[in-house]
Amino acid sequence: MPLPADTDVSSPKHLRDKYAIVGVGETTYTRGSGMTTRALGTWAVSNAMLDAGLKAADVDGMLSYQSGDSTFAPFIAGDLGIRLNFYMDVFGGGSSTEALIGIAMGVIEAGMCKTVAIFRAMNGFSQVRIGGTGARSAVPVTSDMLHSRAYGWQSAGQMFSPTFMRHMYDYGTKPAQVAAVRAAHSNHASNNPKAYYQKRVTVEDVLASRVICKPLHLLDCCVETDNATAVIIARADRARDLKHTPALIRGVAGRVCKPRIDMHYQAGPISTVAGRYAREILWPNSGVGPEDVDVTGSYDAFTFTTMLQLEDYGFCKKGEGGRYVSDGTINLGGRRPNNTSGGHLCEGYTHGMNMVIENVRQLRHDVDDSCPKGPDGKREHTYDYKEGGCRQVKGCEVTANLGWAMPGTGSAMVMRRG
Amino acid sequence: MSIQAQYLGMPLSLDDLEVENLTYFKHCAAHDFHLQACANCSLLRYPPTTACPWCTSREAKWVPVEGKGAVHSYTEVHHAIQPAFKGHTPYMVLLVDLDRQLGKPTEHEALRIVGNLATPDGKLAKPEMVKRVGIGTRVRMVFTDVAPGLALPQWIIDEAAKQPDNPWRYPQE
Repeated sequence: MPLPADTDVSSPKHLRDKYAIVGVGETTYTRGSGMTTRALGTWAVSNAMLDAGLKAADVDGMLSYQSGDSTFAPFIAGDLGIRLNFYMDVFGGGSSTEALIGIAMGVIEAGMCKTVAIFRAMNGFSQVRIGGTGARSAVPVTSDMLHSRAYGWQSAGQMFSPTFMRHMYDYGTKPAQVAAVRAAHSNHASNNPKAYYQKRVTVEDVLASRVICKPLHLLDCCVETDNATAVIIARADRARDLKHTPALIRGVAGRVCKPRIDMHYQAGPISTVAGRYAREILWPNSGVGPEDVDVTGSYDAFTFTTMLQLEDYGFCKKGEGGRYVSDGTINLGGRRPNNTSGGHLCEGYTHGMNMVIENVRQLRHDVDDSCPKGPDGKREHTYDYKEGGCRQVKGCEVTANLGWAMPGTGSAMVMRRG
Repeated sequence: MSIQAQYLGMPLSLDDLEVENLTYFKHCAAHDFHLQACANCSLLRYPPTTACPWCTSREAKWVPVEGKGAVHSYTEVHHAIQPAFKGHTPYMVLLVDLDRQLGKPTEHEALRIVGNLATPDGKLAKPEMVKRVGIGTRVRMVFTDVAPGLALPQWIIDEAAKQPDNPWRYPQE
């Protein structure tokens, strides 16, 4: 769709479409990578550089995010022969991707560097388990953690569940409605040869899987995998000389918080999440609204996180998230598919980066599925979404990524096809 | 003075710089629940903090608070990840709206105190009791003694209170 040019340089709107994601790359998604996070990160960043058509001398900025479970940017840069004019390794997991893309735009705008690679490298299965089991579950309980971990309230699922439960109480949201998120994402993953879980599951399968902590069944929870993922940010005018149709960044919101973020359950309603606040930055700065979006990437650490964010960013009325995620809208072939790669629930766990990568490929009209390749090496998409078929969304022009750290913190980004 | 303790085989510790947390748990150890009241705006706050979340004042005094309220939300853990809790499933983590300061300073705020569903002597509740509790259940505070200067506030069903006819529970048992 054509979007209006904006010339108001007195507001953040003047950055609309000025920056782009020019390269994306990832490793395979495995359980048991057999290599260090340094090797994984180097692999993903070099794939992103190849994808963009950039050499080491073309990249001079690097950002990463992690929580003491990864390798710092200078090692990855060193391994790839990249001399850095800027780097920063940020603490954090989910919701970091979009926030760091905003930081990358800012440092390029400030003249500190020209091209920024952002990576997340993690052995989320074989080293630091994302679900919190293993070594992380047994560390001493100190300081403010006495108010949570001493009660067996530690893992992401345990910490988020009171939010999920209260949403069911406040709005009558049904387990089967939310389970539809897993069914949809598994259908998408069945058309993604890179996905860790490619088998389709049904709502009944989700509800029949064992309870982890109410209201979460095993299949409401994402997969733990080992992988690295990377994106490269540059000015859009440079992007036009590179290999792919650029994914232009319309607007970003980064790590937007609810009140009392240290203990956000003190400020309600607790069934509302940070998207309620982030949307007030995202949509005005992007110059689009939910109705303009063709594909969403709503973070699916759990089925519920996808539903809550779609609701609070305004894709449906407050309280109608259960209906929205179960009426076919978010499925391939529906009005606005979500996480067409299978996301965290099925493709692999990356703390958000794979959902950004997927939307970049959707905007290029070049997702990697099983459709036949044409003479130019690009897939000739069939738009037949049967199992093992296509997952390209026809005519995809605008995407939204909705990143989640926890109920109280989120980030978001709107991109459009350049 | 710092505290090093064991609870359910799990190491708990508080450094001697943890002034607010040490004071909070000292009152709990005396089975006399206290929260900080802001010296400027008088609002109570939880958990302990070094300044007032509503008016930023750094001055506060500790005041006794009655440990009674209703369950605002919860999770019921069937697959424990911490070794300390593996022998105690299913266990409940409750978020309880205290009656004191309910709906203040704004409609959707409350002092929401975390705790497990417990027995009157502070042990984790058995499955039969877990099944009785949901959103709306009236509860009162008890304490689990851990070490000198450290007890954990916990929640038990308030048998003396009028209970809702059907507290809201997750529909799948």
